[in-house]
Amino acid sequence: MSSEELKRTPLYQAHIDLGGKMVDFGGWNMPVQYTAGVIEEHMRTRTQAGLFDVSHMGEIWVEGEDAIPFVNRITTNDVTKLVDGQAHYSALTNENGGVVDDLLVYRFDRGKLLLVVNASTTEKDWDWITSHKGDDDITLTNASADYCQIAVQGPLAKIILKKLTDSDLNAIKYYHFTVGTVDGVNSIISRTGYTGEDGFEVYAATDYARQLWDKLLEAGYYGTETGILPAGLAARNTLRLEAGMSLYGHELSDDITTLEANLGWITKLQKGEFTGSDKISAQKEKGLTRRLVGFEMTDRGIARDGFDVYINGDKVGYVTSGSPAPFLHKNIGYAFVPTEFANVGQELKIDVRGKQLSAVVVPTPFYKREK
Amino acid sequence: MANIPENLRYTKDHEWLSVDGETAALGITDYAQSSLGDVVYIDMPRVGDKFGAHEAFGSVESVKAVSEIFTPIAGEIVELNNGLNDTPEKVNSDPYGDGWMIKIKMENAGAADALLSAEEYEEYLSTIG
Repeated sequence: MSSEELKRTPLYQAHIDLGGKMVDFGGWNMPVQYTAGVIEEHMRTRTQAGLFDVSHMGEIWVEGEDAIPFVNRITTNDVTKLVDGQAHYSALTNENGGVVDDLLVYRFDRGKLLLVVNASTTEKDWDWITSHKGDDDITLTNASADYCQIAVQGPLAKIILKKLTDSDLNAIKYYHFTVGTVDGVNSIISRTGYTGEDGFEVYAATDYARQLWDKLLEAGYYGTETGILPAGLAARNTLRLEAGMSLYGHELSDDITTLEANLGWITKLQKGEFTGSDKISAQKEKGLTRRLVGFEMTDRGIARDGFDVYINGDKVGYVTSGSPAPFLHKNIGYAFVPTEFANVGQELKIDVRGKQLSAVVVPTPFYKREK
Repeated sequence: MANIPENLRYTKDHEWLSVDGETAALGITDYAQSSLGDVVYIDMPRVGDKFGAHEAFGSVESVKAVSEIFTPIAGEIVELNNGLNDTPEKVNSDPYGDGWMIKIKMENAGAADALLSAEEYEEYLSTIG
């Protein structure tokens, strides 16, 4: 796809101005890194703050009397447990119990839910969700083109955002949100993120994207040695991997269930039927044949996505995500292995371009921030 | 504009050679390290390994990608920069100095003459944009 055919977020020019190295990400023209480089962007997010353009994500409103029962019927987590101003992580499932997408469900009130979905799957999710509307008294709106989304993440995220908003950020607990203003712009301010650090995701109308982006850089002292840095997709990936978070298309896909991906905690089978729940229940009863494990390389070398995993000479699984972990100074990854080997301490061999390198299963998340 | 020292020879695969009698030191150019991004790992051959001209002798990895590195001339590896094991970022910060990767004893001492000069490499870079 030529770069002219790729979609652009409202912050495209900002990325160019900041020296972003642009790549095709699921049809979007996005910065893989900026001038500081992946490692610095990653480290700065863990020690100070990083700024991420996530405007390519999708936003789908579900409104009406049946909003909660409808969403509860098509996702794994229990929407009835949310209160106003709370969000949760969940999965949209297919009839086989596989994952159509992972997403966040925000409850504004009992008749108003916002689903935030992945950029590369927005259209697929929209089609799926709309096709599952039966007689439900709801209105569905694909508002993805109306919103920009900027994430400010890191130990200093709160201090930085506080300069631009009157909302009491201390009152917003993790996975909760408020509607307020940022630099005078109407925004949804959500205490969520994909880095494993404290932080906020700000949703606003696309016209204000550049204003919010520039103001956040300024408030974070961008340009100073310990100031906020804009961080690209590569750092976003290394951060989420260290923090033990899944990436759709890797740890999750149409052929992978939430149980296999260690997301039993968002799979509330006791809430009642949802798409594929019968298959998931059956899988749970029978026992999983495979599950996701986190591993760390013990030989020098880096395991990459898709590499084969061997145990006792047999090819038993594959790497779903593999990468250096800049903060941990290790090379880590996730892999599917047969359940009997899914134990901390299990030794693995990973085929790295023809060489069998040693790795070991470790507890996840690989990194957990200090509270 | 990438840094291209005058006294070195270059290849279109973005390696540089520094000839010292029968031996040449080899690394990747400033342009290459900049394109790659932060180098996190270098897969080195062993001392004593022999390679033909244009053979891949190892690879250099960034966070996101793996790139093979080629020796433009045939020869035997006589020395490795083992320091890169602990500080691979030297390839980024000092590609022509501490970022050197291997020293190779050339099969044909004159082989390096056929490589690009600094001027020719610079011109080549301008064509690839």
